[in-house]
Amino acid sequence: MISTGLQTAAYIAATVLFILALGGLSNHESAKRAVWFGIVGMALAILATIFGPGVAINALLIAALVIGAVIGAWVAIRVEMTGMPQLVALLHSFVGLAAVFIGINSDIMALEFPTEAEKIIHEAEIFLGVFIGAVTFTGSLVAWGKLSGRIDGKPLTIPLRHMWNALVIIASFGLMILYMEGAGSWSLYVMTLLALLLGWHLVMGIGGADMPVVVSMLNSYSGWAAAATGFLLGNDLLIVTGALVGSSGAILSYIMCRAMNRSFISVILGGFGGARGPQQAVEGEMVATDPESVAAALEAAKNVIIVPGYGMAVAQAQNAVSELVRKLREKGKNVRFAIHPVAGRLPGHMNVLLAEAKVPYDIVLEMDEINEDFPETDVVIVIGANDIVNPAAQEDPNSPIAGMPVLEVWKAGQVIVLKRGQGTGYSGIENPLFYKENTRMLYGDAKDSVEKVIQALD
Amino acid sequence: MKIGAPRERHPGEKRVAMTPKSARELMKIGHECLIEAGAGEEAGFLDRDYEEAGVKIVPDLAALYEEAEVVTRVRPPEEEEMKRHLRKGQILISFFWPAQNENLMKIAADKGATVLAMDMIPRISRAQKMDALSSMANIAGYRAVIEAAEHFGRFFTGQVTAAGKIPPAKVLVIGAGVAGLAAIGTAVSLGAIVRAFDVRPEVAEQIESMGAEFLMLDFSDSGLSSEDGYAKPASPEFLEAEMKLFRQQAPDVDIVITTALIPGRPAPKLWTRDMVEMMKPGSVIVDLAAEQGGNCELTVPGELYETENRVKIIGYTDMPSRMATTASELYATNIRHLIGDLTPDKDGAIVLDMEDEVIRHATVVHGGEITFPPPPVKVSAAPKKPAARPEKTPEEIAAEEAAARRRAGMRQVALLVLGGIAMYFIGLYAPPAFMQHFIVFVLAVFVGFQVIWNVNHALHTPLMAITNAISGIIVIGALLQIGAPQLIVQVLAAVSVLIATINIVGGFWVTRRMLQMFRKS
Repeated sequence: MISTGLQTAAYIAATVLFILALGGLSNHESAKRAVWFGIVGMALAILATIFGPGVAINALLIAALVIGAVIGAWVAIRVEMTGMPQLVALLHSFVGLAAVFIGINSDIMALEFPTEAEKIIHEAEIFLGVFIGAVTFTGSLVAWGKLSGRIDGKPLTIPLRHMWNALVIIASFGLMILYMEGAGSWSLYVMTLLALLLGWHLVMGIGGADMPVVVSMLNSYSGWAAAATGFLLGNDLLIVTGALVGSSGAILSYIMCRAMNRSFISVILGGFGGARGPQQAVEGEMVATDPESVAAALEAAKNVIIVPGYGMAVAQAQNAVSELVRKLREKGKNVRFAIHPVAGRLPGHMNVLLAEAKVPYDIVLEMDEINEDFPETDVVIVIGANDIVNPAAQEDPNSPIAGMPVLEVWKAGQVIVLKRGQGTGYSGIENPLFYKENTRMLYGDAKDSVEKVIQALD
Repeated sequence: MKIGAPRERHPGEKRVAMTPKSARELMKIGHECLIEAGAGEEAGFLDRDYEEAGVKIVPDLAALYEEAEVVTRVRPPEEEEMKRHLRKGQILISFFWPAQNENLMKIAADKGATVLAMDMIPRISRAQKMDALSSMANIAGYRAVIEAAEHFGRFFTGQVTAAGKIPPAKVLVIGAGVAGLAAIGTAVSLGAIVRAFDVRPEVAEQIESMGAEFLMLDFSDSGLSSEDGYAKPASPEFLEAEMKLFRQQAPDVDIVITTALIPGRPAPKLWTRDMVEMMKPGSVIVDLAAEQGGNCELTVPGELYETENRVKIIGYTDMPSRMATTASELYATNIRHLIGDLTPDKDGAIVLDMEDEVIRHATVVHGGEITFPPPPVKVSAAPKKPAARPEKTPEEIAAEEAAARRRAGMRQVALLVLGGIAMYFIGLYAPPAFMQHFIVFVLAVFVGFQVIWNVNHALHTPLMAITNAISGIIVIGALLQIGAPQLIVQVLAAVSVLIATINIVGGFWVTRRMLQMFRKS
């Protein structure tokens, strides 16, 4: 049995280790060490809790821990890197659900408080914890469904949807007042149902392309849910950790929104794609090319930049791309990757996919690092990306994506776009890049196309 | 359809309108190809090569016209050829210069044939792939520099050798159309100092992007670009300013390449006798407008002429033909693209869609009637500026920035004040225990923001995974509840422990997996 003092000491150590774990992610090498800080911190926290005062070590507890650990390990080993967005979303939902359960448990356990103020604060904490947890839970489940293709990616738009959301929030607030006035547990349960509905509806209304923001936002919520639970239990470790996670998710959401030149509110409210006026007509025509010509262009090029998008993940083309890069680098070409912050369905998704395919990380650059280099680049290969390379963002003030920072690929000598077929991307915005004089379209499955180019290179 | 190409009859013409490569492409869209024996020889394509590509060789012109339904040519046919061989329904695709060749159009119309003039393809971006004028101009520009180099007695690039210093050649290119830009590019890559002039100020950027210096004219009215992509004739005042500029340049430059053309008119005389006289001995002038009379007063079309002060003036009119292989490849490709557009279903059936702007414009004779001149096509070669926004002065920009800074400052102050008020009310009612936790919370948020800003963007996915793992810390709450007397609490707590543990183990494990994948090259 550990004393309360020792337990607190362990919690402080865990807090420090968690901060170090997050701070370590500032570069690739320290990150590998940083995970261990996180693991040790977590182990300390759990052991200090289990062997601390007030916890009964019984079969149920041990069984839950062991089963959870086994499932967690199994999932982590099995998951494909293209499936990371789904996994992350699913894990968010677990935190949300746990927060709901713990909040309800606290209500059932009905503690005694010395003063009325403390009781009210406690009740508010329960309510808040359950509310955030419930929204996180269903929201993440829907995000998971959309990311894994189990739910249609198109935004669901029911009439007056903003009003419904507002109504649910107001009703929840009303129920909280009732609950604090001693109306009983039913008000908590009704609110839980409403919050579950709200989470479901919020994410249903957001389209596939905005998923990076949604996942970051849910990441943030899962943190706030943990922090609310910490208040509820009076546990500083939970509060600190929850706040760290919450601010992390908030920053990620902010970065994603800035990369799309949209406000957080507008993403969360959904309804994307309305033009602000007549869009510039696109002139010219898409010119198709074949793998042999692409290979010839690459053969002649010195500087090559590859811009991957979600299409690369869908076509599972990352290994073929990596092979292509290896070949080109062997031939002495300067090959680099340009990653837009919102490429893919998860912040940093492309980096992980490329890392998995054994592309060295020092040739994978961010938009801000590489955007200046396009004019000196001979060939740009765009793989399954659309909006992030759309010149309309800069040229057409009426475009729905006007002002969004984009990769200026059209300034390169030649642009080769790998695309499944003609037509606009999921955002439905016409892309003038495809009609530019120096753009050639290579239609077909991205993986197939890249493999054919590799063959033609030999 | 059967598509044929005869041997060019014009003296000195080495190009051919069909190459083995273009024939292969034509056959892919369902056509058959014929060629007159020996037609490609001077361009470097032997009959053997054509046969290999599946092209049928026909012995003479008569046989070709007899069999082919579409005749492709480089130069317009002689009157004689048209009168004797052209038949009803036949399609002739060639450079045709309809404004100068009215009698040829009449013959074609009388015969009931259709004529598509390659020189009438409008200069819009959709039609660029069949713009033979541009592809030939490109070759002419390149060749102009090569010809100049041959007749110029010095290096283009400056060199410092053991035997002394050699200054670089100075090249002036007049007219920055396709030919002019190609000449600039070639001269720059040979190492010369290149200056260029054009009446359209909007091409300055293109000139500079090719590595040449744009010569600005000291003149305010400069709207000489027209909507069809060519230059308009200039006003007398403008011409005077232009001449002054040229007179300044003439003694300084070694090589002058002129490419100024105004459609449907003789070439403007820009380089006058006195300018030629001002030039240094050994200088070279290449006049790419020689065929339209020349930009230089002393040009003798088709010939190399040396003046008394030993300035060579090259007036060759067959620049593309001097690079017959490349010229034929490009021209045949232009023709192939045009026929591709005429074969919308790729089944070898030609459809002459007079509603199509490009085809309408190129068709000068159709169905027994002369359809020239076509209705005007409004397209600008120079992109029109979208609703010109008034330029902001530096002061205005500075003022805006200051205002933005002030706004940002105000916003921050307002937020702090609001936060302070909120704090006041919380502090007023909340119990001390809560306030202690609240301090921890606020500090943790600040620490979180500071730490997360430093996270590498490339590691955002591992960041999400590791935050997944550490948000599993919620397990502590469940652990504290699992020993409660109520069964329902025990069950819910156990489920919470289970899923939170999935988070912890799964999150850390997958983070480690991801981070180990990142490797340096």
